[in-house]
Amino acid sequence: MPLSAQPPANGEPYVLAASLDNARHLSSLLRAVHFQDHATCFATANGLRVTVEDAKCIQANAFIQAEIFQEFAVQEESVTFRINLSVLLDCLTIFGTSSLPGTSTALRMCYRGYGYPLMLFLEEGGVVTVCKINTQEPDELLDFDFCSTKVVNKIILQSEGLREAFAELDMTSEVLQITMSPDKPYFRLSTFGNAGSAHLDYPKDSDLMEAFHCNQTQTNRYKISLLKPSTKALALSCKVSIRTDAQGFLSLQYMIRNEDGQICFVEYYCCPDEDITEAEL
Amino acid sequence: MRFRAKIVDLACLNHFSRVINTIAKLAKTCTLRLTVSKLYFILSDKVANGGVSMWCELCQGNFFDEFQMEGVAAEHNEIYLELVPDNLSRALKTAQSAKAVKIKLTNKHCPCLRVAVELKEEVASGMLLLWSILLVSIYLPVLKTMKSVVERMKNLSNSIVIEANLSGEMNLKIETDLVSVTTHFKDLGNPPWASEDGCQSSAQGRDLENMAEARIDIKKLQQLLAGQQVNPTKALCNIVSKRIVHFILLHEDVSLQYFIPALA
Repeated sequence: MPLSAQPPANGEPYVLAASLDNARHLSSLLRAVHFQDHATCFATANGLRVTVEDAKCIQANAFIQAEIFQEFAVQEESVTFRINLSVLLDCLTIFGTSSLPGTSTALRMCYRGYGYPLMLFLEEGGVVTVCKINTQEPDELLDFDFCSTKVVNKIILQSEGLREAFAELDMTSEVLQITMSPDKPYFRLSTFGNAGSAHLDYPKDSDLMEAFHCNQTQTNRYKISLLKPSTKALALSCKVSIRTDAQGFLSLQYMIRNEDGQICFVEYYCCPDEDITEAEL
Repeated sequence: MRFRAKIVDLACLNHFSRVINTIAKLAKTCTLRLTVSKLYFILSDKVANGGVSMWCELCQGNFFDEFQMEGVAAEHNEIYLELVPDNLSRALKTAQSAKAVKIKLTNKHCPCLRVAVELKEEVASGMLLLWSILLVSIYLPVLKTMKSVVERMKNLSNSIVIEANLSGEMNLKIETDLVSVTTHFKDLGNPPWASEDGCQSSAQGRDLENMAEARIDIKKLQQLLAGQQVNPTKALCNIVSKRIVHFILLHEDVSLQYFIPALA
């Protein structure tokens, strides 16, 4: 019998038990990574990570650290399960998505372990909803092996500068081309659509640029359909860090401040579309 | 609840019998709704796929010489019964040349429609057994909350179970292979029952916690709720267990009533 199927040593029936006064702290973050029906949930004493992947090329992770919750107890080293994210979001937002001042949905989440459903108890205004969502065997996830030592280029931008650009990306272009360079144009987003090519440049001394560390000129292309969902994370965030490694793998990390001012992170990793790393533009 | 009616005119009796015969051919069981002026035979058997429901509406004045009805509550002057039309049809067959036919609702041991046929020479009477009706009347929760919950549930399932009891509790439930969700509403209040002798309200002696439930098409419920732009003055529903849900929404000058039949 696998370890996770045994009841935890201290007699506590749930391997994962968490309480949250405002379910939106969780649901808004999960929406930022909701581009596929299924997600893998990974819980440790540090908090919850929810991962969504597509086409073996893109991975999004939402991190909700334990401190965000009013209670977060994990009885084992780690608890992992796969779950239908669309269903989970429908349950978390059962009382609606509009945030009326002063009203919030309280959440209690319980999981007994391998093979058991995830139980949600949601309460708003004296009305209680109980949800039981089936869980599945967790998928094997991609490992982008993106660590700081391998980063070639990195910039940190204020999100408001990118929001409009991402919302209006020319979706007739198959790719989004990102150029990062210690020389002009420093940071350029390009699309090649039916109407023609479009370029958006951000100079390194722009007000929006919080940090600029580019060592090498790199131009990489990414499938625009895979990156477009990251717009949701961008919309919620105040800052975004954009990093590439020697192979052209892209890491986008979004810093998100919730209604109570607490910080959470969402990150997107994406494989380059073609193996183009141009030395010169 | 009280009901007594009498037909003396032969032509009216034959006409009434023909209507009952037609209904008997269309459905094994049906719900009979009685108001001061009309009789509704509601056929909740699936006549066609998609849960189309049919009802037959008769003006009592066209058939009955006497018609007295007192419903479950003053503000809700109606009676719901479930019956097997074939039984009523057979009872009326014996009345082909009758002087009069009297129909009365009694509740000596259990709810019954008593059909008394007065023939020229003798009086024959029969009792039509009615199913013991599980009918719960309850005020609806805040429509905005109900709307949100049903919207979300619509994404998860095609059908929804609505259940309620006489303790002011209502549950909305969906269950599929993937997920089950139940929303519990409390302290909703039940419209007052008139306690009369004759036919007692079915609540007498019945456990107040017993839930009347019906599984209905969730889209129909969502459409009904989505159509409510303004909050009604009063909103309530009658659930006839496993048969039909009847919504009554009262605005100042307009009353809207919706029937949603239960799915098989």
